[in-house]
This record gives sequence, structure tokens and C-alpha cells, in this order.
Amino acid sequence: MSFDGLWPYIYIAVAGWLATDIWRWLGVVAGNRVDENSALINWVRAVATALVAAVIAKMILFPTGALESSPVALRLAAVLFGAACFFLAGRRQIAGIAGAIAFLAAGLALTGP
Amino acid sequence: MRGISLTVHTAPEHLSRTDCFLLGMRGIFSLPSFILMLSFVGFAAFTAEAGIPVGQVIFMTGMVWALPAKVILVGSMLSGTHLAAAFLAVTLSSVRMMPMVASLVPEMRTRRTPTWLLLLLSHFIAITAWVFAMERIHAVPRAGRVAFFAGFGITLTTVNTALVGLAYGAVTTFPPLVSGCLFFLTPVYFLTSIWVSARHRVVHFALGAGLVLGGVFAAVAPEYDILLAGLLGGTLAWWGERTARAKGERQG
Repeated sequence: MSFDGLWPYIYIAVAGWLATDIWRWLGVVAGNRVDENSALINWVRAVATALVAAVIAKMILFPTGALESSPVALRLAAVLFGAACFFLAGRRQIAGIAGAIAFLAAGLALTGP
Repeated sequence: MRGISLTVHTAPEHLSRTDCFLLGMRGIFSLPSFILMLSFVGFAAFTAEAGIPVGQVIFMTGMVWALPAKVILVGSMLSGTHLAAAFLAVTLSSVRMMPMVASLVPEMRTRRTPTWLLLLLSHFIAITAWVFAMERIHAVPRAGRVAFFAGFGITLTTVNTALVGLAYGAVTTFPPLVSGCLFFLTPVYFLTSIWVSARHRVVHFALGAGLVLGGVFAAVAPEYDILLAGLLGGTLAWWGERTARAKGERQG
């Protein structure tokens, strides 16, 4: 498509903003009706967490861009190494993140493109 | 590193709404917001390389906000997808906003919070703001929670929208090792955040189920993978946790 004029902005407003904010508004309407301690909110919480977890899994298993050509075993090993660091350090976030990134960087440097 | 050191022990009982708003704003100097900013530098580099004009990139950052939705939108723009098809693809990726918002709203509203305010603030919810709020909002006195979220959400969106504009012109292409690590920060950060912020066992169950099913459905049904994995994984986790609890109660 052409990136000139007003059309791209209309395209972004409809296919981007409206397509996303509709669900946020529906979430407010739904959230206003559930009690914080009900069984229903537990289910909503579980579904929301599983959705975010699915996005995470997709980013690790099927990345786009620079990681697309890296071996999947390296990415999985980096996550497992990060998890080990996270739990060994007493569930410290920074240990888990630093461990995973360091493992990935070393692996990328060794397997190198 | 847990970012701002606000806990139930350090937060005074009588924080005004302004205090809570400012406390939320301070969240911009936290690990989650730092990682998101790195992701947006990556996004600016990606759109600059793809040839999308900077005005449109800034506009979509403020208007759409959720990063996965924007990546799909850019893909649609580049391939010249029909408006209706682009809407469908983006909207399917954004269905997850509904349970995310619905699980946060009961934690932050009071009986007197107007719905229009929640509708307005819901725009600032995406994965980072959701994880941040789920982790920290319960330490804020209830009357100030909406102000706390507003302070964080509005600041995070504004700063990143400006950052995309600045980075667009400044970023030359990173070496693949650097951009690969930048990209990998986001999933790893989300994983650890969800784990440490979980105050209910069902969240750990759902995290595991969503990771496994997310991987399976991404390979089998990539069009609807997130939705299927979320609904099925979340329901399984919820049911499994209930069953385990009932069993424990019967034995105990």
C-alpha cells in the first residue's frame, strides 16, 4: 500500500486502534461485573495468564527477526538455564534474566551467523 | 531488583491520590519499563528498516500500544492487506486484552470509580503494564489504585511513543547478536515476572499450561494459537487447581 496522505492513518485507526481497544472496553464491562474473590475471577485470571504464556511460548519457539535463524535448542536451553539461575538465586528476577541472556549471547557467538 | 521499593511496609496508610499517581509515574524507572523501552527501540529499528514513515509509527505506538498487535499491523500494511482482513488479524491477536483487563479491574476499582475513567485507562493496558500492575497494585491503598495505574500507564505510553520517534532516526541496524538478545529479553522478563507476582497457585498452573499449549497450537493452528492455548490452557489450569484443592481438603 502507499504510505502517502491520510489513508494510512485511517488504516491504523481502524485495523489497529479500534481492533485492539474494543477488547479492552469489553474487559472493563466484564470486570465491573465480577467479584474479586469469586470462582469466576479465578478462571478469568487463569485464562489471562495462559494467553500471555502462549505469547511467550511463541516468542521463544517461533521468533521473528534476528532470532529466526538461531537453533531452537539454543533458545530452549537458554530459558532452562535462566530458570535454574532464577530458582537457585532464591527467585530473583534479575538472576533469571541475566542467566538466560548470557547463555543466549554465548550460544549465538559460538554458533554465529 | 524489584524497581520501586513500595511495599505494604513502606507505603504510608494515608497516601493521597496525587501521591499514588506520582508513585505510579516513578514506575518508569523500573526493570519492566526498562525492558519494554529496549523492545520499542527494536520496534523503531524494525519499522525504519521496513520503510514505514515515522509519523505513522509514532501514531500507531500511541493509538494501538500493544506491541504484538502493532507487529501484525505493520505486517498487514507492508503486504497491502485489505482493511477488513487486517482488522480481523489484529483483533484476533488482541482478544487476550479482555481477560487481562477483566482480571485487573476488580483489583483496582472502588465502588465509586466511574466506568468512563476505567474505559479511558484501559487503553494503557498491555502485557507490561498488566504484569506490573498485577505485581504491585495490591500494595497500594485501594482508594489510590486507579491513580497509581494511571500514573504508570500514561507515563509508560507517553515515554515510549516519544522514544520511538527519537530512536527511529538514530538507530542504525544492530549486529544480529545484539538485536537477538534485545528480542529475547521480553519473553524471559515476562516469565520471571508472572512467576514472582503470582498470588494464587492457579497462576502457576496456567503459566505452565499456556506455555505448553502455546507451543503446540503455534505449530498446529498458528492463526488462532494464542486464543486456543489461552482458553483451553486457562480452563485446564483452573479445573486442575480446583480438583487438587478439593482432594487436599478431603485428605486434610
